[in-house]
Amino acid sequence: MIALAIGVVAFAFVNVALSLKDQGFGSLAIYVVIYAVISVIVHLVVRRWAPYADPLLVPLALLLNGLGLAMLYRLIQAGRNGNPGPTYTNHGVSHIGPIGTLTSSDMSKQFLFTLVGIACLTVFLIYVKEPRMMQRYTYLFGLIGVILFALPTVWPGSEVQGAKIQITIPGLGSIQPAEFGKLFLALSFAGYLVAKRDVLSLAGKRVLGIDLPRGRDLGPIMAMWVLTMLLLVFESDIGTSAVFMGLFVSMIYIATGRNSWLLIGVGMFLIGGISAALLIPHVGVRFSIWLNTFTPYNVDHNAYQLAQGLYGMGAGGVLGKGFGGGQPWWTPLVQSDFVITGFGEELGLVGVMAILLIYGLIVQRGLRTALMVKDPFSKLLAGGLSFMLALQVFVIVGGSTRLIPETGITTPFLAQGGASLIGSWIMIAILVRLSDTARRPAPKPIQDEGLTQVVSLK
Amino acid sequence: MNALTLTLIRVAFLAVLWLFVIAAIGVIRTDLFGTAVAKVRQPKANQTPQQARPAKPAKPAKPGRGTPRVLVVTEGPLSGKTIDLTDQQITLGRANDATLVLTDDYASSRHARIFPQDGQWIVEDLGSTNGTYLERQKLTANRPMPVRIGAPIRIGKTVLELRR
Repeated sequence: MIALAIGVVAFAFVNVALSLKDQGFGSLAIYVVIYAVISVIVHLVVRRWAPYADPLLVPLALLLNGLGLAMLYRLIQAGRNGNPGPTYTNHGVSHIGPIGTLTSSDMSKQFLFTLVGIACLTVFLIYVKEPRMMQRYTYLFGLIGVILFALPTVWPGSEVQGAKIQITIPGLGSIQPAEFGKLFLALSFAGYLVAKRDVLSLAGKRVLGIDLPRGRDLGPIMAMWVLTMLLLVFESDIGTSAVFMGLFVSMIYIATGRNSWLLIGVGMFLIGGISAALLIPHVGVRFSIWLNTFTPYNVDHNAYQLAQGLYGMGAGGVLGKGFGGGQPWWTPLVQSDFVITGFGEELGLVGVMAILLIYGLIVQRGLRTALMVKDPFSKLLAGGLSFMLALQVFVIVGGSTRLIPETGITTPFLAQGGASLIGSWIMIAILVRLSDTARRPAPKPIQDEGLTQVVSLK
Repeated sequence: MNALTLTLIRVAFLAVLWLFVIAAIGVIRTDLFGTAVAKVRQPKANQTPQQARPAKPAKPAKPGRGTPRVLVVTEGPLSGKTIDLTDQQITLGRANDATLVLTDDYASSRHARIFPQDGQWIVEDLGSTNGTYLERQKLTANRPMPVRIGAPIRIGKTVLELRR
């Protein structure tokens, strides 16, 4: 599978090179070789430190990562002759299009981030032999997660396009700490819910056909809700808060199996989201451009990105323009937030379906791991992480395709951006470790005969 | 590059992408159903009934009508879970190395086990705190009892039974 993934990605690179004229194969060959080496390293690492791990998780993630690299390469190559791409206005400020700002150093950076992600995976697999080990640090992880989420609000100069989700470290570039924060929170939730699942699932009374939990057990979900809303208010980031709330609600549902938690959680988020749309201007704008994308004013201003993404996918049609054949640079931020519309234009419906299916397969492997693994902490963690991946893909793809209001969260593996890529690889590392534990054959009893005693039964 | 070549490459790339997806699904299928075993050719017994009779005792591995095949959890937090019966014993309890890990406050860490013997399945209580019940009757420790198909085995809030 790894070999096939390398093959597909190499094909993607070559395809880009052939489509764009006057293309030297030198840099291309280097990229493909680096990618192949990275893939082989991951394969060996997993074989060595997690031999029973799920055979699909890593190849699927690698393929997505490679497609993301190919897309970035394609965008950089399009701008190599000093083609700045179109300029556009957003919130009254005129920006240079993505082509003008991307250079081949971005490509090296992205490869570097991939390597760092792989290094994190390796370190994780070497040092975390037993997933239950992580259960000990429930509250510590929770604290780290909350701090990471809160960091951008206090960090100076972090506002990017109305949302405060990045912190800029001088000399290192900007990262989104929430990408790591949500992993820590997933670990923390899993540990917390294992300890409290009985009281959450059993206590309470029945009203109108649903089991309502007791008032005092509402504490944690209220705390999460308040935190989510604070995130929404201070960072104006509806996407991350949706993923965050969804993660908590889904894990509490997996732990307790009570529908009432789902209703309470989703209801509370909707209330919060709608009031935020009415009260916070930035979120309100997102809603209005979702509903009225093509009004003459919006299409040139706030909804420019969304509209261009839709035009791009429309131009792609069923089979797409071919990798390197389209003009995805018309969409601002096509290299990160709107990467799926870039793929929609170049690979068409057929290609996007394949990509979504690959995400679906990763989620399926994660949920299967959750079913197979025995201890409740690992079950919750695997279920929660898979659901989070699914929700994140839904929110961003749904946002770019105008199914739901558009929000700026990253597309795992595909988008340009260090934190997201590294975070996604750590998530895959956790899932690989869990699936390794789940599929490891049970140790043989030392003395098999001694356990079975002969009984006479007339 | 002329347009025709590019179109061919474009379609080929999509095909390869889907090939990858299909290969992945193939791996999942192997995971679910096991690797395809070459089908053992059935002896053509149907045509000659005389030959069919001596052929039957030759395959004792096939379970007869009265042999249970699965252990089903019918009540409790794990309700709906099934375990295929093989020739291995099944251990029940809260310990993480048990075959069926019970998340039940009334279960002991090594609560009971169910094992095959002479074509029957036997349940044995392993000295649990709250006891194991077979059809209303409490099992005493070290006094294994054979289990009929459909007879409820109760451990705390969990009820299990053997099914065909």
